[in-house]
Amino acid sequence: MSALRIIRTGFLTNLKMLGTSSFFLLTSIVQPVIFATVAFYMFRSGGRSGTLLYAALGAGMMGVWSTTLFGSGGMIQWQRWQGTLELGVGAPPSMALIYLPFSLANAFTGMYALAATLIWGRLVFGVPLHLVHPWLFALALPATVISLGLMGLVLASTFVLYRYANALSNLLEYPVWIASGLVFSTSLLPVWTRPISYLLPPYWGILALRHAALGGEVWRPLALVTLLGLASAAVSVVAFRWFEHAARARATLSLT
Amino acid sequence: MRGWLSVFLVGGSIAYRGLFNWIRPAMYIPTMLGSPLFQLIFFTKLGQYAHAETRDFYIVGNSVQVCAMSSVYGMTMAIANERWFGTLGPLLASPANRAAVFLGRGVPVLANGLLVSAFTFAAGVALLGFRPGLGSVPALAAIVVVTVTSCTCFGMLLGSIGLRAKDFFFAANLAYFLMLLFCGVNIPLAVLPGWMSAIGRCLPLTHGIAAAREVAAGASLGHVAGLIGTEAGIAIAYAAAGFLLFRILERESRRSAVLDAY
Repeated sequence: MSALRIIRTGFLTNLKMLGTSSFFLLTSIVQPVIFATVAFYMFRSGGRSGTLLYAALGAGMMGVWSTTLFGSGGMIQWQRWQGTLELGVGAPPSMALIYLPFSLANAFTGMYALAATLIWGRLVFGVPLHLVHPWLFALALPATVISLGLMGLVLASTFVLYRYANALSNLLEYPVWIASGLVFSTSLLPVWTRPISYLLPPYWGILALRHAALGGEVWRPLALVTLLGLASAAVSVVAFRWFEHAARARATLSLT
Repeated sequence: MRGWLSVFLVGGSIAYRGLFNWIRPAMYIPTMLGSPLFQLIFFTKLGQYAHAETRDFYIVGNSVQVCAMSSVYGMTMAIANERWFGTLGPLLASPANRAAVFLGRGVPVLANGLLVSAFTFAAGVALLGFRPGLGSVPALAAIVVVTVTSCTCFGMLLGSIGLRAKDFFFAANLAYFLMLLFCGVNIPLAVLPGWMSAIGRCLPLTHGIAAAREVAAGASLGHVAGLIGTEAGIAIAYAAAGFLLFRILERESRRSAVLDAY
C-alpha cells in the first residue's frame, strides 16, 4: 500500500514539475510537431502520401522517447543540482521504487507528443485519423508508454554513476529513433542492427500502435513490448542497487 | 589595436573555455560528434524510405546544418552564460572594447562548427557512400566556412537575447529545430509553402546548403558565387543585428538595474 502511495505521489509531483518546464514543452510538443512536419513534407514530396498517419505516429513516438530520455537523464542530474539525490538514496524504500513514478511521469508527458502530432497532422496536413482497431490502439498506447518509462528507469540507474548523464541523453535520442524504426523501416539498416532493434521496447511499441492504427497483427508486438517493459523493470531494480552502492562507495553520488 | 586584438583573441578563447558547457570530452564527444552523426544517418535513411530526394541531398544538407550545434548552442552559451554564472556585471564594468568582446567569442565557436561539419561530412563518406569529386572539396570547404560564419553570427543574435531573456536555451533549441524545417536541410524549398521558404531565405544555412549541393554535384565555385555572396550578406546582417542588440540590452540592463537578475 505504501508502495502505491509512493508511486502516486511521485507521479503527480513529477507531472507538476514537468508541466512548468519549458524544456519539456519543447521536447513533448514543439519538437515532435517540427519533426512530424519535416516527415510529412518528405513523404509528400516522395509521393508517399498514404503514409502520413504512419509518419504522425512515428513522430509522436519520437517525442515520447525524447521526453522519457531527457526526463530520465535529467531526473538524477537535477536532483544532484538541487541536493535532493542523497535524500532519495537515504530514504527506506528502494531507489528503483522512488524513481519509478518519476520515470512513468516522464513517459506520460511524452504522450502529449503523440496527441500533438496526430492533431497537427489532422489540422494542417489532413491526415486521416481512422484507426483500424481503436480498442487495441487504446490498449497498445499505455502499454508502450509504460514500457518506455521502465526503459527510462534503466537509463536513470546508470546515470547515478555517470556524471555526464545529459551528454548520454543527447547521444541516445537519434540511435533509438533509428533502431526502433519509428518513421522508416528497419529493413533499411544493416542486418547486424536487427538484434538491437528487437531488444528495444519502442520497436515493438510502434509496431503495436502502427498495426492497431493501419491494420496488422497487434497482439504479438503488444505482448513483446509488455514483456520488455517488465524485463526493464527487473533490470532497473538490480542496476539501481548496484550503481547506488558503487556511487556511495566511491563517494561520487552528489558530484556534479 | 593590440589591446583590441588581445580582447578579441585571448578574451574570446578564455570565455569559450569558461562558458561553453560541453567542452569536456565526456560531454563534447557524445553531444557535438555523436548526435550530428546519428542525425545524418536518421535523415538520410528517412529520405531513402520516403523516396524524396537523392542520398547526397541529405548528406550535404545535414553535414552543413550540424554546424549549428556549435554555432547556435555554443554562441548562446558564450554570451548568455555570463549572466547565468554571474560574471556579466564585471565584464560590462570593464572598459574593454565591446566589439572585441562580442566578436571574439565567435572565433572558437566558428572553429568548432567547422570541425563538427567536417566530421559529419567524413562520416557521410565513410558510412553512407558520399563521394564528391576530389576537385570539389576545396570549394565545398570554402562554402562551409562562409555558412558556419553566418550561422555563428545568427548565434550571436540569439546569445544577445539571452542577456535579458529568462529561458535562452528554449530559444536556442527552438532555433536549431526550426532550421531543420525552414532551411532546405531535408526538404527542398520548392516543396515548402511560400511563406516558409521566404523565412528560410532570410535565415543562415539556406543559401550555403544550396551552394554546397551544387558544388558536390560538380558545379564550380564561380557558378555558385551568388549563393555564397547572399550567405555572406546574411552573416553580416546577423552580426550587425546581434551587436546592436547586445549594446541596446547592455544599456537597458544598466538603466533598469536588471543586469544579473532573472
